[in-house]
Amino acid sequence: MKYLLILLVCLFPTFSHAGEARDLADDPVLEKRMVNLAQNLRCLVCQNESLASSHSDLAKDLRQEVRDQMQKGMTDQEIIDYLVSRYGDFVLFDPPVKSYTLLLWYGPFALLLIGLVGLVVQLRKRKNAAPESQLSAEEAQRAATLLNQPKDSQT
Amino acid sequence: MMRYMWPFVIFMALAGFLYVGLGLNPHEVPSPLINKPAPAFTLPQLHDPAKQFSSQDMKGKVWLFNVWASWCVSCREEHPVLMALARQNIVPIYGLDYKDRNEDGEAWLRNGGDPYTLVITDADGRVGIDYGVYGVPETYVIDKQGVIRYKQIGAVTHESLQEKILPLIAELQAK
Repeated sequence: MKYLLILLVCLFPTFSHAGEARDLADDPVLEKRMVNLAQNLRCLVCQNESLASSHSDLAKDLRQEVRDQMQKGMTDQEIIDYLVSRYGDFVLFDPPVKSYTLLLWYGPFALLLIGLVGLVVQLRKRKNAAPESQLSAEEAQRAATLLNQPKDSQT
Repeated sequence: MMRYMWPFVIFMALAGFLYVGLGLNPHEVPSPLINKPAPAFTLPQLHDPAKQFSSQDMKGKVWLFNVWASWCVSCREEHPVLMALARQNIVPIYGLDYKDRNEDGEAWLRNGGDPYTLVITDADGRVGIDYGVYGVPETYVIDKQGVIRYKQIGAVTHESLQEKILPLIAELQAK
């Protein structure tokens, strides 16, 4: 009896492990499709996690909703459209190009362009500036003596 | 002089943006359902699960649709505000007991008072998803045509009632 009990206790981890796989749907193909889709969707509760990786209750419910809609034969795009109609563009990790996201999408390029124009203008200005004047023979002589001075003479 | 002003101006503009950004609440996601027809549903009533309630029954009335649960912490804060509102008899408040057990929901209303005209239960959270619920409590103002006109994310407060919800209800009821 005692040994049987010990054996039973030893088996507990195996039982508990079997419990964890329950979140997976019976259909592995559908599950893979769901995870692929959910990876690109944002969890509303823990906002920097994807719907696929979040452990929040809402994420679980939403994954189930996605599964159900897939079983009903809806396409990925239809499911995304449904979620966007309920939760807004916020659920998409990849924000669509719209009038109010133009700055987000093209702002960096605009800044780059401004920088490039500024650089070109600066370079042109420098080119047009008066060329450095040539040193006269006397000045060259003075510069040479200054440059050739031994270092210890500075102290 | 301008030469030295420019970096300062740019810095101040950036600081201004960041300052405004700090004040925003990233958990307040604007709902795309505003000014859209409220998703239709038929759900069992909390006090009498054999009876159903359909959102279609509310056509022609302005109503508040409050999503709550006995497990929700902020709902405790919101509850007295809803009780006060219910006593004023301005607008019917319909409650959606979201992902809750009926016993718990009923116990909560027995202890804290029941501000609701009617409570329906959404045990699996499906209707919640349809309404874009992501954090309880949430409250919707729905007009006579069944269109969602406002969504309060988080607890309804005396301020949000006075500033937003009550003026909006008065305007919708006058139509």
